[in-house]
Amino acid sequence: MDRAYILIMGFLSVVIVNNFVFTKFLGTCPYLGVSGRLDTAFGMGLAVTFVTALSGILTWLIDFYVLVPLGLQITRYICYIVVIAGAVQLVEMYVKKFFPPLYKSFGIFLPLISTNCVILGLCLFINIWGTDNLLEVAVLSTGTGFGFAVAICIMAAIRENLIMVDVPESLKGAPITLITAGLLTLAFMGFTGMIK
Amino acid sequence: MADENPVKVNYLDALTAGLWRENPTFRLLIGMCPPLAVTTAVKPALTMGLSVIFVLVCSNIAISLMRKLLKPHLRIIMFTLSIAAFVTICDLYLRAFAPLMSEILGAYVPLIIVNCIIIFRAEACASKNNVWFSILDGIGSGTGFTIALCIIAGIREILASGTFAGIAVMPRGFVPWAAMQMPVGAFVLLGLLLGLSSLLTAKRTN
Repeated sequence: MDRAYILIMGFLSVVIVNNFVFTKFLGTCPYLGVSGRLDTAFGMGLAVTFVTALSGILTWLIDFYVLVPLGLQITRYICYIVVIAGAVQLVEMYVKKFFPPLYKSFGIFLPLISTNCVILGLCLFINIWGTDNLLEVAVLSTGTGFGFAVAICIMAAIRENLIMVDVPESLKGAPITLITAGLLTLAFMGFTGMIK
Repeated sequence: MADENPVKVNYLDALTAGLWRENPTFRLLIGMCPPLAVTTAVKPALTMGLSVIFVLVCSNIAISLMRKLLKPHLRIIMFTLSIAAFVTICDLYLRAFAPLMSEILGAYVPLIIVNCIIIFRAEACASKNNVWFSILDGIGSGTGFTIALCIIAGIREILASGTFAGIAVMPRGFVPWAAMQMPVGAFVLLGLLLGLSSLLTAKRTN
């Protein structure tokens, strides 16, 4: 029971309280770039969630069972990048085969998931947090990806309504998106300190 | 492969393009994580900028040298692998000679690997041009990025704690503006600066 409590709290923590987009500024590029339409943003969120969960677990396993026992921590970043690129390749092939319209609407952003900071950031932070339990790693990885999906969906929903608003000429496009993002972080700051 | 020597390779242009006309942060809107994350004070921002210049120049050299061997579908993985190697060097160097900065920047140093600026320059410039051109391009874009980081960090540090690079600049009795230290300050300030830059561009073209 205690263990389940920790896992649930950890999940809520990375989704809401310590959301990577709002508190660590990771994944800001797709957050601003792909959030134009809600359906694309949702697909992107799901793809990132999948890649994050997969690569979080795989990099932890590699780190714990291969790199640390052999004293090869120096090659850590290179190993992480290879794992992430492989996972993205997998998602790309899957989406191309089963969801061709979605594949077209992603365009260049799909292969660029491998350069999404959320994923590499999570792999590094799992290392910094010193998590030593596979179940916890799985929950945290899925939660982080899910947190990104939540953030990008909220942003896309706001931006769909923002089209109809009269924004000053020079603030149109990226500037107003950034200011909106700022106000969103302010809203999410209300959760600070609720869970560690 | 495009032709090896374009009719007129303008080396000076490669150096200055990144400063304003193709400034990564203000004009191209790529690599937006560091300008938001490491700009609470000037010193970490400057360290970050210098690290990015180092990695950018080195990876541009490496990619420019192997541009004829690159296969289209393996391109991005080759880019990221060579970048990861140089970032590892940079991270170890910072840990050894600037432990304080390394601690402040934390995970953001390894995150240079996935900084879009470096991959974008590799794709747009280094994989098509010769080594010298790529070096100048790397220095130009990296400097533009560093300047942008320092501008944002300068404003945030002055407003949030009344200091610039650790030296007090505001008059006594100045009340620190705590919101500037928080994520919201970073987002809103960058949004306003981008608005200013597009206002200036619109004025110039008129």
